[in-house]
Amino acid sequence: MTVTLAYLADIGALAGRHLRHLRRSPGRLFLVTMTPAVMLIAVGYLFRDSITVPGSSSYEDYIMAGIAAQVALAGVGPTALGVAVDLRDGLVDRYRSLPISASSVLVGRALSDMVTAAVALAAVCGLGLLLGWRPHGGPLRIGAGFAVLLAFAFVMLWVGILLGTTMRNVEAIDGTGALILVVLSFLSNAYVAVSGLPNWLRPAADWNPVSSVISVCRTLWGNQPPQAAHGGFPATHPGVVAACALGVVLVTVVPAALRGFRRAVER
Amino acid sequence: MSTGTAILAEGLRKRYATHTALHGIDLEVPTGTVLGVLGPNGAGKTTTVRILATLLAPDGGRAVVAGHDVAREPREVRRRIGLSGQYAAVDQMLTGRENLVLLGRLLRLGRRGAEARAQELLDRFGLLDAADRPAGTYSGGMRRRLDLAACVVGDPEVLFLDEPTTGLDPTSRNVLWNVVRELVGGGVTVLLTTQYLEEADELADRVAVVDAGRVVAEGSPDELKRKVGTDRLEVTVARPDQLAQAAAALAVLGGRVPTVDEDAVRVTVPLEHGLDDVALAASELRRRGVTAADFQVRRPSLDDVFFALTGTAAKADSPTQEGADER
Ligand SMILES: Nc1ncnc2c1ncn2[C@@H]1O[C@H](COP(=O)(O)OP(=O)(O)O)[C@@H](O)[C@H]1O
Ligand SMILES: [Mg+2]
Repeated sequence: MTVTLAYLADIGALAGRHLRHLRRSPGRLFLVTMTPAVMLIAVGYLFRDSITVPGSSSYEDYIMAGIAAQVALAGVGPTALGVAVDLRDGLVDRYRSLPISASSVLVGRALSDMVTAAVALAAVCGLGLLLGWRPHGGPLRIGAGFAVLLAFAFVMLWVGILLGTTMRNVEAIDGTGALILVVLSFLSNAYVAVSGLPNWLRPAADWNPVSSVISVCRTLWGNQPPQAAHGGFPATHPGVVAACALGVVLVTVVPAALRGFRRAVER
Repeated sequence: MSTGTAILAEGLRKRYATHTALHGIDLEVPTGTVLGVLGPNGAGKTTTVRILATLLAPDGGRAVVAGHDVAREPREVRRRIGLSGQYAAVDQMLTGRENLVLLGRLLRLGRRGAEARAQELLDRFGLLDAADRPAGTYSGGMRRRLDLAACVVGDPEVLFLDEPTTGLDPTSRNVLWNVVRELVGGGVTVLLTTQYLEEADELADRVAVVDAGRVVAEGSPDELKRKVGTDRLEVTVARPDQLAQAAAALAVLGGRVPTVDEDAVRVTVPLEHGLDDVALAASELRRRGVTAADFQVRRPSLDDVFFALTGTAAKADSPTQEGADER
């Protein structure tokens, strides 16, 4: 077996471990799906008549991209928790004492958590369809919207891994995960257009990369109201902002997570 | 290094942010033997094991395990070792079998090979009945056995067991001891750490006593016991008011002054002339009309060794003491 093949086999075996966990205790999947699903029902369905987005005819259409992006944000806490618990319980020590590459442990987790994100995304979007969301446009554009969300989920997953390796305390991780979810999604255009937010919050929401990711997805799904392009540079060039932000986060967070992991083993 | 040495550590030093854990540890374990590393909490046992198992880089010194330098060839070392950490590292959500199969696959036994190996080990460690239950439902002893099975999946030459029986009930401990003896019988070299003197006595060919990051004594259990001194005679009297009489009787031996333990109603004296002293003590006690509830010769235990070497304050880990050690 060549070195790369062996590496892939290790990743597969370790990802398989996490997927077994998922099947055996679906609570984790529930955790990642629940918050976005509840928000979709609470805000998107119950309040749909009281919230108006300028230029948008259907609130369900408007909110769906924001809800879908929340799946990626909701995954941060559980991913971090999984990493921290493996470190705490000595499983990482065991894997590190084997003749396998250190990164395969994290990549295996990343792979399985991507599967979780994809399943959760499908579940939330399925619920959206039931509640009246409709994407407009060709299958290619709709698929591209999902690809953008998965890329976002991939980046956030590494944020979760970094969090897990640096913060070992389980309660602290829970709190931080919830904070990331709430702050990043409410300080964005997920529920209302940025123009509907208090004045002083607008720049933050405008430049929040989550807003950009949501805008790109919304546009690809044909759910973007025409007036949305008012605002600064981020509103007119969401693709550029989203790509740059995700890129920057990825190249800083992945090495930091790997370093944090190596250091965590040393503790 | 000689071919007969499975583990060699020379001057291992390790500093944590605020604290020096190892001040230069030297160990040598001949192939096929068991070294017991005995020490109180905080002595540096886990740190030593983690360095030898390539998980932690030392700040000074070097270590060679199974013929390979841990710093320069960690992967070669990892191919040849098994590590059982201080807390059983089994995946609670996977079954016992799945735990072992996963490790087998990571050790490149292939799917079939890993499954066969798992079956064999489950059988050998008495876990067949529980093989397909999640490990989270196992008792502490079963979990430890699974943990031990997990670290021999790859047929290691050298095993590191960090406090393998801490927290186990006596029955599980005995079962585990037998498993370890079996592995040693198969030619494996074992380094095991423990806080239990009895455990080192039972399993180890040689014992290294560590305290505050240093090896304070090394030798076979018998050598260490001899270091601490001679056998002792312990006489427990039936009636507390006879304690003084008993002490006077044992003082006749002419050696050191007998020590009196009022709570245990016991008098203890070192035996400097062996059986002659025992005979003399017995007749002297009878002459004075002391009724002995218990009369026994005690060899020094590793407990005695331990306290003689490290003192009762061994567990203290005061910063001032640390500061004085810094160079
Ligand atoms: N990650 C760490 N950071 C700081 N100090 C540590 C760390 N790990 C262990 N120590 C300290 O190093 C000393 C030795 O610890 P350890 O090797 O775990 O001892 P043992 O296993 O014999 O109980 C202890 O005083 C402990 O507090
Ligand atoms: Mg320890």
